[in-house]
Amino acid sequence: MSAFAEAVSDGRVVAWRNLKRIPRIPELAIFAILQSIMFVVLFAFVFGGAIPLPGGGSYKEYLMPGIYIQTLAFASITTAIGMADDMNKGLIDRFRSLPMARSAVLSGRTSADVVYNAGILVVLMLSGLVVGWRVHGTVGDFVLAILLMLMFTFTMAWIGVLLGLLVKTVENAQQLGFLVIFPLTFVSSAFVPIETLPSVLKPIAEWNPVSALVSATRDLFGNPNPYPSDSWPGEHALLLSFVWTIGLLAVFAPLAVRRYRSIER
Amino acid sequence: MAAIETEGLVKVYRSGGSEVRALDGVDLEVQEGTVLGLLGPNGAGKTTTVRILATLLRADAGRATVAGLDVARDAQAVRKVIGLSGQYAAVDENLTGRENLWMFGRLYRLSSGDARRRADELLEQFGLEDAADRVAKTYSGGMRRRLDLAGALVGRPQLLFLDEPTTGLDPRGRLGMWDVIRGQVREGTTLLLTTQYLEEADALADEIAVVDHGRIIARGTSDQLKAQVGGERIEVVVRHPDDLRRAVATLAPDGGSTCDRHTRRVTVAALGGAQELVDVVRRLDEARIEVDDVGLRRPTLDDVFLTLTGHAAEEAEGEEDDDAVEELAA
Repeated sequence: MSAFAEAVSDGRVVAWRNLKRIPRIPELAIFAILQSIMFVVLFAFVFGGAIPLPGGGSYKEYLMPGIYIQTLAFASITTAIGMADDMNKGLIDRFRSLPMARSAVLSGRTSADVVYNAGILVVLMLSGLVVGWRVHGTVGDFVLAILLMLMFTFTMAWIGVLLGLLVKTVENAQQLGFLVIFPLTFVSSAFVPIETLPSVLKPIAEWNPVSALVSATRDLFGNPNPYPSDSWPGEHALLLSFVWTIGLLAVFAPLAVRRYRSIER
Repeated sequence: MAAIETEGLVKVYRSGGSEVRALDGVDLEVQEGTVLGLLGPNGAGKTTTVRILATLLRADAGRATVAGLDVARDAQAVRKVIGLSGQYAAVDENLTGRENLWMFGRLYRLSSGDARRRADELLEQFGLEDAADRVAKTYSGGMRRRLDLAGALVGRPQLLFLDEPTTGLDPRGRLGMWDVIRGQVREGTTLLLTTQYLEEADALADEIAVVDHGRIIARGTSDQLKAQVGGERIEVVVRHPDDLRRAVATLAPDGGSTCDRHTRRVTVAALGGAQELVDVVRRLDEARIEVDDVGLRRPTLDDVFLTLTGHAAEEAEGEEDDDAVEELAA
């Protein structure tokens, strides 16, 4: 086998291991879904009435793509926790003492995360349909939106891996993850139209990768997507979200690999 | 050929302004098919040595070869011939025993079928068949350690590193683990084992190296070390503190005893074994010294350290070292 084929084979074994665990720790998936549903209820039924959309449209249809992207972003905290847990339990040491490909522990983890989050996404979209979210775009656009979201998950998983390798404990992984991901998702157009934000936050929210992803998927699903009229990031959301996803991956994946190679305890 | 050879291994952990010299020039040689016991308290440098040999850690200075391969330059080749089982059972607790072993087999590049057969073999060998399809989370401490050791053996390693394989196990678990390790050694595997227990090194190792503050301070067979330490001890606890002086004079008229005023305890080497204990009891009785406890006990790690270094095995300092190591890991 070539080195690349070996790396792929090892990565598949690690991915298998990460997927095998999921039904055995059902609370992870259940909490991820419940948390998202809680946000749906909170925004669709509690705050939603007080958030008028410029140009009209259904707030629930506006909200759901935001919920999807937020959930996928938050999933990177779960990745970070899993990584920190593997380090603390000595499993990473075991892997490092085996003659396996060095990349496999990380590529296996991140690709398993894509599969896992695709499952979560299905459940969330079904809940979206229940509260009144609809898709108005073409099938092609729908597929593109899903593809974009899965790419985003992959990127976020690599960021999670890096966070998990940087901290010492599972608790720290959770805290650090929250610290990074929470502002990222809330200073964005995920829940409120950017025009309603104070002028200091507006440019941050406009250029935020989460806003780009949310805007792009709203457009592809044919959901209402109001943005400031002269906004370049608003008008080029799809392009921007590809640039962000690939750019962040290009930065964070090598950083995570470098960090993994230099682990010494 | 030596299966393991190290020369002047040095490892320094730096954190902030302070430095911990975890290894301060470790020279080791382990012949093929033999068992070396690395004996020392927490923080002495045992784990650091194993981690360097298992390619998990790079030494700051010195050289180490495993099966003739340089651990720094040929790390990936080294990994193919070693098995490592650590202090903390490194198995996935959400996988079953069988799944864990299958996964390790696949990562040793066995085919799926071979990995399955190897897992079955090991499960049987380690008495884990009944628990094979339960997740490792539900295993007892001893079962987990056995599974961990089985994991280290999946690739049929020429060399096995066991870092404190019985720490934290109950006596029964410890004996079970010893049996399994002995079986492995009989099959010809070279073993490097670290332990805090003289008794364990005695039971398993052909040769023992005593480690303290990152240095090997003594090495030899268990008998040689014990002869150096002076064999068994007689311990007497007197009832009245006022009798301590007379007890010392009675037990060791020529000196050579230790005496602890707090616990009213006098300890003296018992070269004559049980017969000497009988004599001691008679002499104490003749001197009309009342005692709370008299007994014969085997030398411990503490006795070894007391004899070799003049200080007791420093548990607390060792733990500090461990913390420093952990801090640097972040």
